[in-house]
Amino acid sequence: MQYLFKTRYEDDVRFLAKSGEKIRVGLVVLFMLAAPLMLQDYYLAELGLLLVYAIAGIGLMILTGFTGQVSFGHAAFLGIGAYSHSILMARAVPFSLSILITILIAGLVGMIIGRSASKMHGFYLAIATLAFAILIETVFGEWKSLTGGHAGLAVPALKVFGVTLAKVWQQYYVDLVMAGIVIWGASNLFRAPTGRAFIAVRDSELSARSLGVNVEWVKIQAFGVSAAITALAGALLAHQLTFLAPDVFGVLESLKLLLMIVVGGLGSILGAVFGAIFVSVLPVAISFLKDVLPPSIGQKAGLEPLLFGTIIVLFIVFEPLGIYGRWLKLRFFFETFPYYRKASFVRQKSYLKTERMR
Amino acid sequence: MLPMSDVIHLAITGIAQGCAYGLIALGFVLIYKATEVVNFAHGEFMMLGAFAVLTFSEVLGWGFWPAFGLGCLSIGAVGYLVDAQIMRRIIGQSQASVFILTVAFGFIFRSLAGMIFGWNTQSLDTPFDGRIALGGGIEIGTDRLAIVGATVVLVGALYLFFARTRVGIAMQAASQNQLAAFYMGIPVKRLISFTWAIGAMIAAAAGALLAPVTQVDTTIGFLGIKALSGAIIGGFGSIPGALLGCLLIGLIEPFADYYVPSIKGVSAYVVMLLVLFIRPEGLISQTYQKKA
Repeated sequence: MQYLFKTRYEDDVRFLAKSGEKIRVGLVVLFMLAAPLMLQDYYLAELGLLLVYAIAGIGLMILTGFTGQVSFGHAAFLGIGAYSHSILMARAVPFSLSILITILIAGLVGMIIGRSASKMHGFYLAIATLAFAILIETVFGEWKSLTGGHAGLAVPALKVFGVTLAKVWQQYYVDLVMAGIVIWGASNLFRAPTGRAFIAVRDSELSARSLGVNVEWVKIQAFGVSAAITALAGALLAHQLTFLAPDVFGVLESLKLLLMIVVGGLGSILGAVFGAIFVSVLPVAISFLKDVLPPSIGQKAGLEPLLFGTIIVLFIVFEPLGIYGRWLKLRFFFETFPYYRKASFVRQKSYLKTERMR
Repeated sequence: MLPMSDVIHLAITGIAQGCAYGLIALGFVLIYKATEVVNFAHGEFMMLGAFAVLTFSEVLGWGFWPAFGLGCLSIGAVGYLVDAQIMRRIIGQSQASVFILTVAFGFIFRSLAGMIFGWNTQSLDTPFDGRIALGGGIEIGTDRLAIVGATVVLVGALYLFFARTRVGIAMQAASQNQLAAFYMGIPVKRLISFTWAIGAMIAAAAGALLAPVTQVDTTIGFLGIKALSGAIIGGFGSIPGALLGCLLIGLIEPFADYYVPSIKGVSAYVVMLLVLFIRPEGLISQTYQKKA
């Protein structure tokens, strides 16, 4: 066990308190920076996509993992980001301005949803966001003059400050910088009163309210921030896809985002990143599985959603903290070796938390 | 403007469709009232029910009515097992995980059904294939009448079950206060699983009765989401509210599709979002917010 001796006030607010964390994070950052030197273009593009999904995952994590508001329709914000960014770029708006406007638009839409969300509770919100996502998908399909409808919309080339970035490694660095900013910003958010208020609302609305937190405003803020970050991911995703169609941002995509944060581990920023890694590796694993399984099962349509569903069920039932929870346990095992006990992480007996009042 | 006979025709089909939504919503509300879990996989129970009845009656050739009974019972067993084996383990976890879990179940059921029964649309022969003339050039299929009739019968039966029988009253008690009910010697766990079974059975019945209208394939489970929006419009806490909301959705949908074709198929969600924006707790409210 490593004890932290805090000798200055700054020690309380440091991101990476332990020396081991510094080394690990440093290694990851080094690897990410050096990746274009080591990887082929295909893998580099996959890594860029992973970063984009990590950003989207953090966006949803802020809302669902930290504020406790379930959104079944986050692909809508991804879509809003992708479409508004591409439309603005096509109208010759510079990249930085276009990203900013996109973030503002999505943030505003998010806050409007958040305003009505602050009045709903529990599953009303889940189903309302689902309906919102279905509607947005319909809007993308029907507003042909702006979005090109189901025929699709070509995304303009990535051009930052007048320099066209067409190579894979150039796009990768754009994604990396954005992901870095988002991860840093999100970790910062949860050291600040705003983020702490988010967590308080998740844990108990009643106690948050009695401590003077404005619950409605917190929910509006959380939706706004979450939508803005997800839209940023959408804008970057547009450059990866190079061609947008409404059904890319359907219900399945929303579920993929949810799968990411549930499997990664609800309630931690690292969890969103783990989840992004997981959904990037999953298709590879599935195609591998298809070869291994007997063809009567492996070649059938519908294997992928089946595995998706099964993995979610297994994680929620057996490891509710997700990959992040596994990681915590593993770390704890090594740090306290040989004193690790299973009981350290056994869940306490829990009861149905009712939302009804009589 | 539509001629009057078309208006009446649309209204009648709308009411029948609304009743179908109502049947599915019944299961949602029952399970919600018992466990505060919203079963997003409920539409899939309906889909499985339709497939089960199809298998028993067409593939095995046992006739519609025995197949109908067997199909409902087997889906009821599935519902019971889902609760007893899985949903019970995650009591106390956050609502988010519970929703996601039921959605995942929907995925599993849908792909399993596709793998076992095939992804193609199939049709199920039911005894309801005639048409009845109502006069004035309006006629209505008996399949629609059967749905309306089944809704009325099932709602009546459920009312009697919950108001008169010992099991029904015990279920009400368990849904009001699990701990107090347990102290009174009520087997709360078994009753909750039983509630899941009832909900799943009603959904299966709805699936089989809807088969002539929607046909049978793996995507009919999405009707469940529309039923859910109907239930939310009416107010989720009460069965009459949910039924009313579903009827409204059923009535609005054909007219909305006619007048605003660009939102064809999603008008139910538009209505739901509007209602939620104005009255977040539904038209007939039964839940009370915790007061600070």
